[in-house]
Amino acid sequence: MPRINEEEFVDKKVDFRMWGKIIRYAKPFYKYIFCVFFFMSASSLCDVLNPLIMSHLIDHNLIPQTWDGAPLYMALYVAVVFFQIVTTYGFIRSANAVELGLTTRLRRLAFDKLQTLSFSYYDKTPVGYIMSRLTSDAQRLSDTIAWSCVDIFWSVVFMITAAVIMLFTNWKLALMLIATTPFIAVISYFFQKVILKNYRLVRSANSKITGAFNEGIMGAKTTKTLVQEEANNKEFYGLTENMQTYSVKAAVFSAIYWPIIMTIGSIGTGLILWQGGANVLAGVITLGEFSFFMTLGGYFFEPINNLARIFAEVQSAQAAVERVITLMDTPSDIQDTPEVVEKFGDEFVGKTENWPALRGDVEFKNVTFKYKDGQTVLRNFSLKIKQGERIALVGETGSGKSTIVNLICRFYEPTEGVIEIDGVDYRERSQLWLHSNLGYVLQSPQLFSGTIRGNIRYGRLDATDEEVEEVAKMVDAASFINRLEKGYETEVGEGGGRLSTGEKQLISFARAILANPAIFVLDEATSSIDTETEAMIQRAIERVLDGRTSFIIAHRLSTIRSCDRILVIDKGEVVEAGNHRQLMALGGRYYNLYTTQFKNEREAESLSLLGVKREAEE
Amino acid sequence: MNSSKGSLRRIWFFMKGKRLHYVGAILLVITNVALQYVGPLISSWTIDRIITGGDMEVPGMVVNLVSSMGGKEFIAANLWFCALVLALITGLRGVCSFFQAKLLNTASEYTVRRIKDSLYSHIQNLPFDYHVKAETGDMVQRCTTDVETVRRFISGQLVELCRGIFMLLVAVFILGRVSLALTLLSLVLMPFAIFFSWAFHKNAAKQFKVVDEADGAMTTVLQENLTGVRVVRAFGRQEFERQKFSDAIDKLYAACKKLNNMFAFFWSFSDFTAVAQQALTLMGAMYFVIEKDMSYGNFLLFNSYIGMLIWPLRQLGRVLSDAAKMSIAMGRVDEILFETSEYKDETPQNTKKPPIRADIVFDGVSFSYDSLPVLKNVSVTAKAGETVASLGPTGSGKSTLVQLLQRLYDCKEGKITIGGVDIKEIDRHYLRSRVGIVLQEPFLYSRSIEENIGITSTTPEPERVREMAAVASVHDVIESFEEGYETLVGERGVTLSGGQKQRVAIARTLMKDNDVLIFDDSLSAVDTETDAKIREELNTRCEGITTFIISHRISTLSGADKIIVLEDGKISACVTHQELIEIEGMYKRIYEIQSMVETVEREEGTLNAQN
Repeated sequence: MPRINEEEFVDKKVDFRMWGKIIRYAKPFYKYIFCVFFFMSASSLCDVLNPLIMSHLIDHNLIPQTWDGAPLYMALYVAVVFFQIVTTYGFIRSANAVELGLTTRLRRLAFDKLQTLSFSYYDKTPVGYIMSRLTSDAQRLSDTIAWSCVDIFWSVVFMITAAVIMLFTNWKLALMLIATTPFIAVISYFFQKVILKNYRLVRSANSKITGAFNEGIMGAKTTKTLVQEEANNKEFYGLTENMQTYSVKAAVFSAIYWPIIMTIGSIGTGLILWQGGANVLAGVITLGEFSFFMTLGGYFFEPINNLARIFAEVQSAQAAVERVITLMDTPSDIQDTPEVVEKFGDEFVGKTENWPALRGDVEFKNVTFKYKDGQTVLRNFSLKIKQGERIALVGETGSGKSTIVNLICRFYEPTEGVIEIDGVDYRERSQLWLHSNLGYVLQSPQLFSGTIRGNIRYGRLDATDEEVEEVAKMVDAASFINRLEKGYETEVGEGGGRLSTGEKQLISFARAILANPAIFVLDEATSSIDTETEAMIQRAIERVLDGRTSFIIAHRLSTIRSCDRILVIDKGEVVEAGNHRQLMALGGRYYNLYTTQFKNEREAESLSLLGVKREAEE
Repeated sequence: MNSSKGSLRRIWFFMKGKRLHYVGAILLVITNVALQYVGPLISSWTIDRIITGGDMEVPGMVVNLVSSMGGKEFIAANLWFCALVLALITGLRGVCSFFQAKLLNTASEYTVRRIKDSLYSHIQNLPFDYHVKAETGDMVQRCTTDVETVRRFISGQLVELCRGIFMLLVAVFILGRVSLALTLLSLVLMPFAIFFSWAFHKNAAKQFKVVDEADGAMTTVLQENLTGVRVVRAFGRQEFERQKFSDAIDKLYAACKKLNNMFAFFWSFSDFTAVAQQALTLMGAMYFVIEKDMSYGNFLLFNSYIGMLIWPLRQLGRVLSDAAKMSIAMGRVDEILFETSEYKDETPQNTKKPPIRADIVFDGVSFSYDSLPVLKNVSVTAKAGETVASLGPTGSGKSTLVQLLQRLYDCKEGKITIGGVDIKEIDRHYLRSRVGIVLQEPFLYSRSIEENIGITSTTPEPERVREMAAVASVHDVIESFEEGYETLVGERGVTLSGGQKQRVAIARTLMKDNDVLIFDDSLSAVDTETDAKIREELNTRCEGITTFIISHRISTLSGADKIIVLEDGKISACVTHQELIEIEGMYKRIYEIQSMVETVEREEGTLNAQN
């Protein structure tokens, strides 16, 4: 059975402190909440006024069978009814304004927050989780808050006014009706809770089915080769059977809920009919008053029922509140000090006039780095790199070479020790200053939806079209771009999905060059690139790195060989250092690594050369 | 595309087995409506006949009952009786609702379950080729969203339609007997209300689409920002991203706002028609009471019935516009269900189960994908127990060659025989269960590693799972995970590297009882040393199993009994390693690279003296 995360299906205790925080986020929309209050109060007053007018018409016109005074009351009735339409329009507009406004505000604030959170957060939080906090959770909270306000305001005002008028008209009858409300409240709350729980089971079963469909479709080929069709079917049928059971249960349960409430309500109405009718016969109350009671008796249980439902809903939205608040309250591990922000600007807008030029000397001084879970990756690590040096970092996965690069980029900060750039601790400058002087090319190139031009321009937003095309030529990307029908205006698709990995890589190079950085970081791609593109990328690298301090996590021999210094990293330490010749002469780890890699590369090369040759012949 | 009638017929088909439940549910809906009308009747009669002493028409049965109990006076003195009847009827409605919900949901959930089950099993039975070309996202959507649209229709909207129509009929019947003119007046705005609601919902669907698109755009910006967080930070583009997100969210805001305003207008306007209708009825009724001596009880009756009618009738327009959506959804589901299953042509003649541990002969096999030739007249024999390796550049047809052995495709010309039996006559399930294949990009199911490896057997022994994991050189890796073999794979679990996935897939295939084993470049993401280790283990274990290996590593291929060099869909060579390195060609060139390493280094003068 495909397993899924159950967190969202768990009942939680209501924590009003959390809700208080969310409601504070709604501050800009308090005026709309007030509008909701105004319209709902007006609407509930109308709901009481209408039966009152009716009761007057009954006593003074219908029973005596005369039109005397009727037009005034009829006009009043029509006026009230039309006023009610205005309130309906008004409260829908206001509640929507609260819902939409709050959703949007939460999303905006959360997005800004995400821009400042450090990588330690991203490393341990899956993208899907963050997404659902900003999309469904934010939506659900705003929805609950806005529409709960609608129901609460209406219910409270209606109950109070109706109760007061009824008590003044005939307190005995009024009390009879009010006496039924506690039962309704308790039963409603109980039912609503169970109903929500049932539907949660249904949703959980349903998401399992969706997961199974996903897997059944994506894995269909593998399923065929393993002859798992029958086993899969059996499992799937189990899921749909569960779904059927839960759905029927949930539906039946909600189907009996309303009639039960109605029945209790009708006991109230029945009591009024019995006692009120007797009162009318005895001449204690008029027929109009009696009809007023009958009408209100018909829906006096509705507000109680509403309040019970809201409470159950708030309870089931608790988990969503916690998720959103937790995100909002997560502190960033890497923050510029107030003094730095004062002088150089924050993470969004820099005070560029105060920024010193970055030359590119980098020095690690006794740097120790530990992950939060206590795992030490670097211990007392020192390294000095001069401006313009080309450094290759070689080593196995987990050796610490990525950490070194992440520290240079200040994606992480040293646990102990200092990293100096141009002789100054980089924590004394802003993050944006460093990042604006950084060129970064990832192993798996990451593009954004939009045109090729837009993606290259990401490197420097004010670059002219000519500059964009110039860097594209510089990395040999221009040749494939010009072959495309729309050239630079070609849409790359989500995440650049419409381009091949090699093409994406070239564009990410162009993007980095356009930024004209002083420090270059290159996490080199290993596979999925054909020979031709590989050669192009190789040439691009040569041009890009010229004269800049660069760090390369290298896999390709040609790249490594041309570096000024090769650092072989193992368990967070530099075990061999020197240029290619020196290290080969040493005959150690680097020598072994190099010869194995060389064999593999040449094998692959000969094969794909053959492929190219074959294509050329055709 | 299906017509509405066609899709109703399809639903009726899937409902087979629970059709009576559904019919019963509809009958209960009708009963419920009838009871719903009795409530106001009782109050009205009581008020009219007993309290105000009116002359409202009452069925003979009720009159008899009242007189048998002691006449009007008795009832007047014991009004609790009417109250009790009122409460009882409401209670009875509750009972009706309960059974109605039970029958209705049993029938509709059962129907939906059957649709889903058919979809799921049918999808698995669709040919390999279908899945190679399929757009998975769209298919999942059809199986979930579209089926949900159908479900909502049968479990709710169709019933609403019946309820609305029946309510109208009963109301017209009861009210019409009191006053035809007043009844007509009470319904005069209804057609307009229904039409307005229908037109609105049709129109709103467009705006829903705009909102969906804006929502999708916002999600894309968010997702790209999160997955590309390294790029964003490395270029210091937080402000730019904030602006981009802000633009997307502004668009979404505007689209939602427009939709909301449309609905605000719709609800208030449709409230307007409702209250206008109510006011009209009220005035008409007052006129009839004051001028035409209509009884006060009948006045109450009109007043309460109109209140009851308005809501369901307003819903009718929506139901009608949803019916069209359901029809489209059912059509999309059927597009999958009407695809031909690969088992459709099975007969006893082509479902033989001969022994598979036998000589495999490719005899003049040709194959093309959509008229693009992939294999051209390929003939080769693999003796039982032999290891046959295949080498060739991408697109040379080597994957297709081995996929034919599991009948994932059938060859167009020539034939493949196993022990003399044409492969096309062998039962597909049987063949696939005897022939193990490891694909280059294997799919792991989102469950634990243990369950993944043991998936082919119903009760996998944990020892055997570990043993096979060890053979595939992945045991140590798995043990290094915090939760070991219990570690979840896939979206919600750990992400395995390409090489780890391949090795888990190898272990999974080895759990089966294989006569033939195929490795379709399934060690491509594993390093050379591990590759060698795995092959060594396999050699000792796979005695007597015919093995096919596709690889681009000479070291992987060299131990084979026979090496096929495929170029452009044709076999350019088919001999042993020793023979191949004597012939000028691709194989030799690749082989020579091994010794080249030393040469190159010597030329550069960097090779250490001790080597």
